[in-house]
Amino acid sequence: MATMTPTSPSSSAYRPSAAKRAQLWLANHFAMLSAILVLLYLFLPVAYTFAFSFNDHGKTNIVWQGFTWEHWQDPCGVTGACESLVTSLQVGAISTLVATVLGTMMALAMVRYRFRGKQASNVLIFVPMATPEIVMGAALLTIFVQGFSNIGIDLGFGTIVFSHIMFCLSFVVVTVRARIQSLDPRIEEAAQDLYASPMQTFWKVTFPLILPGILGAAMLAFSLSFDDFIITNFVSGNENTFPKFVYVASRRGIPAEANVIGFSMFVIAVLLVVGAQVVSSMRASKYKS
Amino acid sequence: MSSLAPVSQVAGDPAVHPTPPAPETQKRSWTAYLLLLPGVLWLGVFFILPLVQLASVSLQSRYPGFPGYYYRDLNFENYVAALTDYAPHFARSFLYAGMATLLAFVIAYPLAYAMAFKAGRWRNLMMICVIAPFFTSFILRTFAWSQILADEGWVVGVLSFFNLLPGGSIINTPIAVVAGLTYNFLPFMVLPIYASLERADPRVIEAGGDLYANGFTTFRTVTLPMSMPGVLAGTLLTFIPAAGDFVNMELLGPQRGKMVGNVINDQFLAIPGGYPVAAALSFTLMAAILAMVFLYVRRFGTEELV
Repeated sequence: MATMTPTSPSSSAYRPSAAKRAQLWLANHFAMLSAILVLLYLFLPVAYTFAFSFNDHGKTNIVWQGFTWEHWQDPCGVTGACESLVTSLQVGAISTLVATVLGTMMALAMVRYRFRGKQASNVLIFVPMATPEIVMGAALLTIFVQGFSNIGIDLGFGTIVFSHIMFCLSFVVVTVRARIQSLDPRIEEAAQDLYASPMQTFWKVTFPLILPGILGAAMLAFSLSFDDFIITNFVSGNENTFPKFVYVASRRGIPAEANVIGFSMFVIAVLLVVGAQVVSSMRASKYKS
Repeated sequence: MSSLAPVSQVAGDPAVHPTPPAPETQKRSWTAYLLLLPGVLWLGVFFILPLVQLASVSLQSRYPGFPGYYYRDLNFENYVAALTDYAPHFARSFLYAGMATLLAFVIAYPLAYAMAFKAGRWRNLMMICVIAPFFTSFILRTFAWSQILADEGWVVGVLSFFNLLPGGSIINTPIAVVAGLTYNFLPFMVLPIYASLERADPRVIEAGGDLYANGFTTFRTVTLPMSMPGVLAGTLLTFIPAAGDFVNMELLGPQRGKMVGNVINDQFLAIPGGYPVAAALSFTLMAAILAMVFLYVRRFGTEELV
């Protein structure tokens, strides 16, 4: 885009003044500089969470009081912290699995088929994403307490999972649908021309091609489920998830052990995402060569 | 809202086709219904049915003297109470959410723009950086803001030094709430704008410069209109959760002057006998938001949404 960079002037006849050069450089890099500032802003609270995981705090972990490794040596040292983390991981895993399978099936139907009621299905998929979480949480609480408790379903682990699958589903559908829409349908037609059965076509051709989209959707679903507080708070009864544990603790100061767990999840997730990116770019370059 | 999903698009993938398949390649078959059925049933039982129940609760009455017990009724008083007693809460929710959406747009756009046109090989890394903070629990990050914005913190210190803070503090004021909402929902603004800018052809923008438009004119007449679907999706994805949020108010905001989300939460979970009015509040909130979404999409909408 920039044919002449101000730092290496190609013509000796025109040499802008230092002030002019600085202005040009700034104009060229304004977007990138502000982007870096915004990214720093995004990471600022994460840095605080990290720093305060080393705080040698007394009753409340609000003001810096001194450095200690103690909380990193025993993150489960606080009652309920690790129990709630395990619950959150279990809820996240089950919800992600079910929502990804159901959502992928729906996405396939929406892109690959024409049928009556398609517009209605579209609305049904869209409206949960346009509904505030607090309304969904309230609605789920009323049906669980006034309806489903009569058939033996009480608030707890099960109701959390049911609810998480529900709100993850729409996000899975839109993510996978975008991937399927970007596929060339002629690849599948070619497979059928070569006498592959519909099942063979799906598992040998379509599925591997949409797999990156499915994995992306699963990651999104897991992060939505793992970090959900508002809906979980309504439907969890006495069960504790990690966000609920942190929220309840925040009334009297979050223990630094929660910072340790929160920051570790961040590191693990970033490593996973970076790993996935590296694998997919390696795959892409393999195809190219 | 397909512009939500830029993560799965891998550059250089041979299978990715620039245009969506023509409608005639779509099949007609019962298979579609089989594929849809489980998901639609799930949404029916855990989304539609609960909303029907919520509507019914919003019209129930309490048994006098038995808090927590209700009978089926058509008590529209609940809606009257919701709209008269809590009108200021609704107003605050929409005002704070609107301000946060506007701020998020201003902050997100340069980032999305840089990612789409300036980042080059850093693009994927920047994408990871936008998503990564999500993985630290949002309550931990919101709590971190309460530390950053605290009266003893460096933000208040710097602002007070330059006499830019007449009130003397940020925490426990609406400013902190708006700041928290802006921060928490920022990625929902960045990702759709980035997705629509990434699809835009940079040559079209260059053409603006070739036709002697200056940078700002090119941006206003070419770049911004091309990113409108993303801006639309981003504003909705920021405004809707922000309007229903209560955590930012609870952790960063003042003791009095809460938002509607706080009222709904307290009425359901802390105040005995609060169900009907809370349900009426929830339904009013949802109706108001859906109406706004509908008008907004009709005014600015494209087919990409839904």
